[in-house]
Amino acid sequence: MFDVHEMEVNFGPQHPSTHGVLRVILKIDGERIIDAKPIIGYLHRGTEKLFENMSYPMCIPHTDRMDYVASATNNLGFVEAVEKLMGITKQIPKRAQLMRVMLSELQRLSSHLLWLATHAIDIGAMTPFFYCFREREQILDLFEEYCGARLTLNCMRIGGMPDDLPPGWLDDVEAFVDKFDAAIDEYESLLTNNRIWKKRTVGIGVISPEEAIDWGITGPPLRGSGVEWDLRRAQPYECYPELQFEIPIGKNGDTYDRYLVRMEEMRQSNWILKQCIPLVKATPAGDIKAKISKVVRPPEGEVYHSIESPKGELGYYIIADGKTQMAYRCHVRPPSFVNLQALPAMAKGHLVSDLVALIGTIDIVLGEVDR
Amino acid sequence: MTQDLLMRYLIWPLVKFLVAFIIVQVIVAAMNYIERRLLGLMQARLGPNRVGNEVFEKITPRSLHRFIPGGLLQIIADPIKFLLKEDIVPSSSEKVAYFLGPMLPLIPAFLVFCLIPYGPPPTFVVTHVNVGLLLILALTSTGVYGIILGGWASNNKYSLMGGLRSAAQMVSYEVPFGLSIVGVLMLCGSFDLVRIINYQADHIWNLFPQLIAAFIFLVAMNAENNRTPFDLPEAESELVAGYHTEYSAMKFAFFMLAEYSSMIVNCCLMVSLFMGGWTLAINGYGLTTGVLRGWGLAGGILGAVIFISKVMLFMLMYIWFRATFPRFRFDQLMDLGWKWMIPLALANIAVTAVVVLLGLQFNFQGEVVLSIAGAAIIAFTLFLLLRPRAKVIHARRVSEA
Repeated sequence: MFDVHEMEVNFGPQHPSTHGVLRVILKIDGERIIDAKPIIGYLHRGTEKLFENMSYPMCIPHTDRMDYVASATNNLGFVEAVEKLMGITKQIPKRAQLMRVMLSELQRLSSHLLWLATHAIDIGAMTPFFYCFREREQILDLFEEYCGARLTLNCMRIGGMPDDLPPGWLDDVEAFVDKFDAAIDEYESLLTNNRIWKKRTVGIGVISPEEAIDWGITGPPLRGSGVEWDLRRAQPYECYPELQFEIPIGKNGDTYDRYLVRMEEMRQSNWILKQCIPLVKATPAGDIKAKISKVVRPPEGEVYHSIESPKGELGYYIIADGKTQMAYRCHVRPPSFVNLQALPAMAKGHLVSDLVALIGTIDIVLGEVDR
Repeated sequence: MTQDLLMRYLIWPLVKFLVAFIIVQVIVAAMNYIERRLLGLMQARLGPNRVGNEVFEKITPRSLHRFIPGGLLQIIADPIKFLLKEDIVPSSSEKVAYFLGPMLPLIPAFLVFCLIPYGPPPTFVVTHVNVGLLLILALTSTGVYGIILGGWASNNKYSLMGGLRSAAQMVSYEVPFGLSIVGVLMLCGSFDLVRIINYQADHIWNLFPQLIAAFIFLVAMNAENNRTPFDLPEAESELVAGYHTEYSAMKFAFFMLAEYSSMIVNCCLMVSLFMGGWTLAINGYGLTTGVLRGWGLAGGILGAVIFISKVMLFMLMYIWFRATFPRFRFDQLMDLGWKWMIPLALANIAVTAVVVLLGLQFNFQGEVVLSIAGAAIIAFTLFLLLRPRAKVIHARRVSEA
């Protein structure tokens, strides 16, 4: 079964750098990976089945638990899908739209910060971890100020937002975004030009644009390969068309490019937040909900709606039977799950040390992979 | 007569060894605390700052409270915790080797402390061996056996990989480690650390004439001690905890103790070989051994303080490295060792040899020429580091970067 030199190693599910309960069965020759086989399902909670047995508003807290480091975008994807199904997308007030954009961009920042923190510590750089968590903490404080929760936000409702912004929240966000660009410079000064960091990331896990599209990879890994595809621009939702931002793309499709892409995305998200603050201030306070019936009962039909979550294309496919308040079927297309498929192809021929860099660069969250 | 001999060759060295040993072990324990506090400082967090505060607040006057760093008793709390924790032995482990694993590195790490001159001889040198340097090198290089043995005996694949990595790393870095010393030996003409230090006080710190060797030594000693960026054998994010994955309680502490002890040994070597040991002198002027000895015990203690301060400087450098660098990959580590450090060390030996020989032939001092070259390199590096440069690159659009 094995060559004499081959060894089989269970990399996880109990391992410090598999970002949860991912298990990779490695066939290694010395340190070189011959074959890597990801085994998933250790965090399966049957979320999609649960959706079939509860009304649409009741589903929203459950979406929090999928990508638990980016719950605002999960909420956003779900409520938008339902709104699309009900045909009320156009009725969402401007203020609610801007609030959604702000929350999801803050969430993108917090998710990318967590990614950078863990990616860096996986590669052995210890300090960025604490710097990133310092800023992430401030973002979580902002979330807490808005909705009382820090991780599982449950911060959006079908047809709008649950509450108006608390007084002073926009000023707090402003204070944060003003400082944040300098914080990104600080992370970059530790990593971007660091020779060891470059040695560990340049040329590791190269995916060509064609391969990336074939695998169905989305999000920063796709853009790192040089494909300019961002759903915020490609299939605009909420008020993104009115906001200015650039889509950073990489060139070589390696781990370093994906790192650069995400760093730049943080700057862009920060820019979006800066633009949003005056826009929100210009909208009337309290205008946060579309006038729809309290009972959410979409007409019979089906819808697929996807948004750009921090990790890639997060899609919800919902079938409504038009009679009940519950979805007949709800399928989630999680970006992590699809991106994770490419891991064996990326890992082949690299060393064990590179595997942790690769798991980090795909930026998986197992709650989302297993649902 | 017998009593005299006993006193001279057994009791007195033993007392000196114990004193040195205790001081070094205190430094080891303190290092753990200092490392954690300092890392905390560098990483925007606190580090251990609680244990023992109440005790110190009770026994000291109120006005002193703010000068006492918090968490000092962490130094004592940690060993107590290690002693009291359950000592787990994996049922599938190779028992004898598993027990030997943590013990083996400790023996050379402790023995070496007899050979290091902490201050002016004879009082502050435990055993004055004329091939001290060779003996130290021989002893420190045996430390790896424990790691390999422990890694293999744990019967854990990650431990095994950690042990193998460690073996390969030690083999690769022992060579430049040894080669970098050869230049110093050629200049000083002795294996005796005391004479090497005296030579530096009478001429110039070897750091300058042997700049490249000092640099290689610094990198190699980092690699020898498995410290960041060369901490592959215990790479936490890759191999869980490397060779000590299966070790708990005091056995684990033994590995840590050996690691920190050998860190101190290597720093002592660095200071003795390149930084003038306990002296603070150039060309015979300043605090040379003779001056310090003239002041009796006070001079000796001053020498020891100078020595330990220099050692701590390098220990802080370890911590600084740990906070700054990511980890090398295994093959990159080998590349660096074999393709860069060893050729560089060999070139350094050749250049030193030629200059020293020419100096003998044409009656000029070889180390002066080498020192000027070293100083020039330092100046050039400082210029490169300090010249005004564009700020951090911004990957505005990554494709254009």
